[in-house]
Amino acid sequence: MPRLALVVFLLVLLWPGFRLTEFDPAVLFEAHSRETMGKFVSTFFPLETSAEFLRLVARSTLETLAIATAGTALALLLAAPFALMITRTLSISRIGPGPGYVLGRALRLPVRFALMFLRSIPEIVWALLFVRAVGLGPAAGVLAIGITYGGMLGKVYSEILESNDTRPAAALLETGSGRMAAFFYGMWPVALPELVSYTVYRWECAVRASVIMGFVGAGGLGQQMELSLRMLSGGEVSTILLVFLLLVVLADAVSAFLRKVTA
Amino acid sequence: MSIMLERVSLEYPNGFRAIREVSCGIGRGERVAIIGPSGAGKTTLLRLLATALRPTTGSLNLLGADPWRLDRAGLRRLRSCIGMVHQVPPIPPRQRVVTAVLAGRLGQWPVWKSLASLIYPADIRGAGQMLARMEIADKLFERCDRLSGGQLQRVGVARVLYQQPDLILTDEPVSAVDPALSDRIIGELNREAVARGVMLVASLHAVDLALHWFPRIIGVRGGEIVFDLPPVRISDAMLRELYASESAQVPTQDNRPLETVPPGVRRRPMYS
Amino acid sequence: MRAVHWLVAAVLVALTWMSFAYLSLDLGHLFAAEALVQMGQYATSFFPPDLSADYLMRVGQGALETIAISAVGTALAAVLGLLLALPAAGRFGMVARAVARLTLNFLRSIPELVWAALMVMAAGLGPFAGTLALAWHTTGVIGRLFAETLENAPREPAQALRLSGSRAGLVFLYGTMPNVVAQLIAYSLYRWEINIRMAAILGVVGAGGLGQMLYVSLSLFHQQQAMTVILAMLVLVAVVDGASARLRRRLAG
Repeated sequence: MPRLALVVFLLVLLWPGFRLTEFDPAVLFEAHSRETMGKFVSTFFPLETSAEFLRLVARSTLETLAIATAGTALALLLAAPFALMITRTLSISRIGPGPGYVLGRALRLPVRFALMFLRSIPEIVWALLFVRAVGLGPAAGVLAIGITYGGMLGKVYSEILESNDTRPAAALLETGSGRMAAFFYGMWPVALPELVSYTVYRWECAVRASVIMGFVGAGGLGQQMELSLRMLSGGEVSTILLVFLLLVVLADAVSAFLRKVTA
Repeated sequence: MSIMLERVSLEYPNGFRAIREVSCGIGRGERVAIIGPSGAGKTTLLRLLATALRPTTGSLNLLGADPWRLDRAGLRRLRSCIGMVHQVPPIPPRQRVVTAVLAGRLGQWPVWKSLASLIYPADIRGAGQMLARMEIADKLFERCDRLSGGQLQRVGVARVLYQQPDLILTDEPVSAVDPALSDRIIGELNREAVARGVMLVASLHAVDLALHWFPRIIGVRGGEIVFDLPPVRISDAMLRELYASESAQVPTQDNRPLETVPPGVRRRPMYS
Repeated sequence: MRAVHWLVAAVLVALTWMSFAYLSLDLGHLFAAEALVQMGQYATSFFPPDLSADYLMRVGQGALETIAISAVGTALAAVLGLLLALPAAGRFGMVARAVARLTLNFLRSIPELVWAALMVMAAGLGPFAGTLALAWHTTGVIGRLFAETLENAPREPAQALRLSGSRAGLVFLYGTMPNVVAQLIAYSLYRWEINIRMAAILGVVGAGGLGQMLYVSLSLFHQQQAMTVILAMLVLVAVVDGASARLRRRLAG
């Protein structure tokens, strides 16, 4: 019964929502909006296939892929050192605890917090900010992906490292090896497939995200789609949509392949 | 004295006191076996000597320094002089044998050398020699997860041999290995300690191995040292009392009967 | 096997390098002292956030709008999704099944933000466009999940009712629904959680809520107000995370 009560409660809550969202299906059927929309939708077919436009789309598609790849690479560079810093099982001072323990623990906290901040702000908001900071174009998209995904990768990497067998690394630390060496000799061989698999998954997300970010001017396919939408050229929009769908399928296949090779 | 424990106690965070006011000293080149029932504190004692645990009270001196008064670099240098053979070798399954052995010197190598060695092993010959001493030289480029338990344990020993530490610690290194191989492994560790004149401290489950190979036996029970004697002066009654809480029998390899020492005959350990 | 690893790694590094080259991104230039100073100045212009009571009220309004967009959008999608799930689960024959599945796939493959851009054109700027955008995409997602649930539901209870002479509609309500309703609600709530995050950003193409406030304030160079909106987004998401964790525990218990 409490379950039903909960649902009823939610439905009651929903009611003012309709007012807040200015819910009015009639708008859709007003004469002028019906006309523009009807005209626009009717231009969706046939697809725009002029050589010139296709070249443009191809260039934007490559740009989108490049943004996703460069952004993920940047995220990796950002995340790797942070992940090594906040991974508790790689802390030398934690054994004992030894000298520098309090300082080490005090340093891990702000790094964790910084990573949380980076990933809590959606990539499109970062993109919006970077478009204003570095100008329209792919650089904003690369930075936005780098920052948001850097925060995610850093956290997930350290979680992966802490969830695997930590004894090899601990044994190395106990015979005087450094943090880096302990990571590469004690954790890397075990955690590599998981690290790669997650990074590739994030790249796949980055492809989708870089399309979306184009809408706020961060380059790539999205920016092209935004232009076509604004010019009400339905054929172009549907061509771009089709390419986008193909791109998502392709990214999916590539990431599946990479995960199989490294597993 | 190269190891000196003075009234050392260790209490775990859950309140369990694993080591109670233990005092003892081990000199340069000494070889010591620690025996006692399970839960007696053998592993804890070894981890204290490995600087993996910090004494709750008491003072500890290892190779001429109190490890917990050293700075970071000093502690690291000290640790690189201590080698530990674990009960289960802590080696990542996907690592190659040669890399696992070379990892013994990570504490001595600079970072660049450690990293470069991942791409091309820095000292294939050195690693091969150590594996040859353990009679598994042919496994040099095998992946560790393709080895049997006994082979993997030998890789773990080869790593410590390659490290060339001043203090070799072994924590029940042969409890999962057949008797013939156990003898080989303990024998090789002893030979190494004698040849280089370094200390060897081993906790052993099988009492016959301890009595056979080590000139000094420390019996531990309830976190305290019960006796600290050469094997010749250890009587069956002492052993039975040491293990009284655990079972009626004194543990040996394959539960073989322990050779009793006829009165008047002195049991001579190897290399004494 | 190791050779393959090296090859893959080399190819990936080359592709990454090519990506930077293709975008003519010069990281050195991007992170040059001058650029960093400029970025730093821009970043500091966001502080302190505008916490005047007046603006907080408006942000609160925007947050409410965001929640309303997500709730109404999800509710619409649940209803539409169920309507499409019935044919998609094969209850009205194979042709209807194929058509319904195609429709669901189409709705699902177009991202929310693209829907939002389209709906802004159809319904004008404002929260209604955002609501519709979320509803379309979510219908595709939820409809497919619903269809799978219906297909996996045990058939015996419905069969028993049918054999005892009930009407088809009643058979569904009494025979099938009780078995699946918990799962349908769980899916919808889970999707709602995702949609709140989405609703917060859909506004950047003009579809209402906090996103639109952010876009407007950034366009007017009111960075301190933008900061307030960003903080509101973070708080909103944190609150939703906490609430959904609690709700799920309640529903599970």
